[in-house]
Amino acid sequence: MPTSIQESRSRAVETVLDELISHSRNLLKCVQCGACTGSCPSGRRTQLRVRRLMEKVLMGFEDVLNSDDLWLCTTCYVCFDRCPRDAQPTSVIKRLRNIAVRKGFMKAAHQKVARLFCDTGHLVPINDEVRAVRKSLGLSELPPTVHSYPESLKELETILEATGFRRMTG
Amino acid sequence: MTSYSLFLGCIVPNRYPGIESATKMVFNKLGVNLKDMLGASCCPAPGVVGSFSEQTWLTVAARNLAIAEENRADVVTLCNGCFGTLFEANNTLKNEEETRKTVNALLSKTGRIYRGNVEVHHFAKLIYEGHLDQVKRLSQSLTGLKIAVHYGCHLLRPGTLKKIDNPEKPVFVDELVRNLGAESVDYKDKHMCCGAGGGVRSSNLELALDMTKEKLENVKASQADCILNVCAFCHLQFDRGQRELAEKKGLEYNIPVVHLTQLLGLAFGLNPRLLGLQAHAISTQPFLRKITKVSVQ
Repeated sequence: MPTSIQESRSRAVETVLDELISHSRNLLKCVQCGACTGSCPSGRRTQLRVRRLMEKVLMGFEDVLNSDDLWLCTTCYVCFDRCPRDAQPTSVIKRLRNIAVRKGFMKAAHQKVARLFCDTGHLVPINDEVRAVRKSLGLSELPPTVHSYPESLKELETILEATGFRRMTG
Repeated sequence: MTSYSLFLGCIVPNRYPGIESATKMVFNKLGVNLKDMLGASCCPAPGVVGSFSEQTWLTVAARNLAIAEENRADVVTLCNGCFGTLFEANNTLKNEEETRKTVNALLSKTGRIYRGNVEVHHFAKLIYEGHLDQVKRLSQSLTGLKIAVHYGCHLLRPGTLKKIDNPEKPVFVDELVRNLGAESVDYKDKHMCCGAGGGVRSSNLELALDMTKEKLENVKASQADCILNVCAFCHLQFDRGQRELAEKKGLEYNIPVVHLTQLLGLAFGLNPRLLGLQAHAISTQPFLRKITKVSVQ
């Protein structure tokens, strides 16, 4: 356990900030202008402040990883496009989410959709009602996707096993 | 005959199969052959699986792209999420050799390989750029229809990557609509997100719906006859979102939601039933009645 804020910060900087920088050095270009927050449709109705998130990351505060804010972004990429420094805030948020999931910070609802993906190969799998609609439209009852090919689902399981996805999101 | 690999994704085949049948009929009229992508999976969703594990996201996307490569035909997508994932993954895998090697090492366990020899297209852009004259020739005029166009996010952004139109003020779908004889109406915050992406719909429905509600109110104020979208996920959010807002908040908008493939199908005179327009959460009848009136005149 860290014994001081200083230590907590430096530990965080080594882990989170280093990983973020290794993926996108652009993060360091952020000058805290706030164009991201001003552009954010989610932040207009929630506590999400992308500028503040960027600031916290740059200062090495690791509490961003288990904050709800991280999951309020719809990844609309408006801040990404408008950032005058090309600091790529949406990519930073997605990278932070990857780290959060690896550290076990994941919402139950997201674990549920991840399980659906692992079990069926679709985030939104077929149901009986839609099977009937498909038939009425002259389409095959099951689409020609992984739903129709059990061996394809096996392939997917192989990939998810190799990347550790099911374990990570379980 | 030009061929494309049709990437279905999840929402089209498993929630709105009318978009699938509309696509098949419309592309057939345009003389474009669509090949099924046998055994394809979820793209996987950029803001969900991509938020959880980039490596999984890239490798599963690489598998889907490999299926298109085996088809020897570029990919066409019907959903901005699928487009975002497959376009971005293709771009990364083509340009980053180390990443491609890592992903291929994982993918090889399935006996497949990503080679990087197909392109990924969004259907709306493909039709606008390659088939506009044919569309005009095949269409009855939809004069008198007022349409609220919604582009969605991942079709256009990040702008430096997608290089499709101006992401701050895109016009190409509006132009397509005008070419059908219909009016594309302006409405407040037209280019705002529908609210569904980034895993927000699955984990925070209230927030997703609050954004959808704002868009619906702005569309309502424009007196448009429908919301026209080019993304299956936005389509679901606007259509089911209206039902959810009615159930949870007692808010009734009753704005028909139409995917561009369905509108093209209607303009080509195809049977609305075969376009799945009766299977929406919000009745499309008022819109269909107006189209009938327009085409009779």
